[in-house]
Amino acid sequence: MMTTLTLTLNGETRAFPAPLSVHALLQTLGLDVRKVAVERNEAIVPRSTYTGVLLEDGDILEIVHFIGGG
Amino acid sequence: MTENPLPQDTWTVAGRSFTSRLVVGTGKYKDLEETAAAIKASGAEMVTVAVRRVNLSDTSAPMLQDYVDPKIYTYLPNTAGCFTAKDAVRTLRLAREAGGWNLVKLEVLGPPPHLYPDMMATFEAAEALIKDGFEVMVYCADDPVGARRLEDMGCVAIMPLGAPIGSGLGLQNPAMLAMLIEQAKVPVLVDAGVGTASDAAVAMELGCDAVLMNSAIAHATDPLRMARAMKHAVLAGRDAFLAGRMPRRLGADPSSPLTGLIR
Repeated sequence: MMTTLTLTLNGETRAFPAPLSVHALLQTLGLDVRKVAVERNEAIVPRSTYTGVLLEDGDILEIVHFIGGG
Repeated sequence: MTENPLPQDTWTVAGRSFTSRLVVGTGKYKDLEETAAAIKASGAEMVTVAVRRVNLSDTSAPMLQDYVDPKIYTYLPNTAGCFTAKDAVRTLRLAREAGGWNLVKLEVLGPPPHLYPDMMATFEAAEALIKDGFEVMVYCADDPVGARRLEDMGCVAIMPLGAPIGSGLGLQNPAMLAMLIEQAKVPVLVDAGVGTASDAAVAMELGCDAVLMNSAIAHATDPLRMARAMKHAVLAGRDAFLAGRMPRRLGADPSSPLTGLIR
């Protein structure tokens, strides 16, 4: 049976098929893992753990990058 | 004609040395091409960057790193837009993960219209960040007492405002800035408030180690030319500081000899 994860990504609710690692999520979203940082439920997810960390239903994620700023 | 060689003049923060004493922001430009060109024209080696959510509806959009190479420029992630210590610390933890380095610009702001540094929140955030291994360059009030406290806490550079962020008003409190610079044992950067080249020169003439600006370049009619003007202004101000200005005097002192005048 296919289970679904409901995640909040940068304030938006989206559904994904489980299981889903942080690495797989970033790939699905088309993001370059070297240029972003991920916070999961207000804790940093170290880049070295992206493949191992499996997301859970209800997780709140912030995915950020550098932009122009003063 | 040969130029008299001057010794190499560099400044060092957190173990990294820089030749350029101009630090520039990467915001407010028309597009990323203009950002890259203006930064190049400024000669800056360190640039401030913001940390924001990725636009997930368009993940193929060009990113800053594609135009301003972090291998060439030292990225200084900021906490612009953070009004609490907690948000600032969260933002910089993300920045460290995104960039992989510890050198950051901390700013915790009060509300508009002044966006004046919230010093209590800045102390709180600085303490948490230093404990967490960050090297903190800190935006702060033109307050020598608060600046000393931030330095004693372990901040690696003190960055007092010259005038409100984005105001272009020029240095509003030069006497206090001069005292703050005089007492500091870590680099002091005048950050915010510069409007045009003479403001940058005045800041450098006070003896600060570098000047940080964004709007003065990005919001000039011709940003590339203003970037170049700022580069020269910072060099001129630095040289004037090192040269030691002549004393001010009330009244004239003619430059041409009075002897040998025709009668």
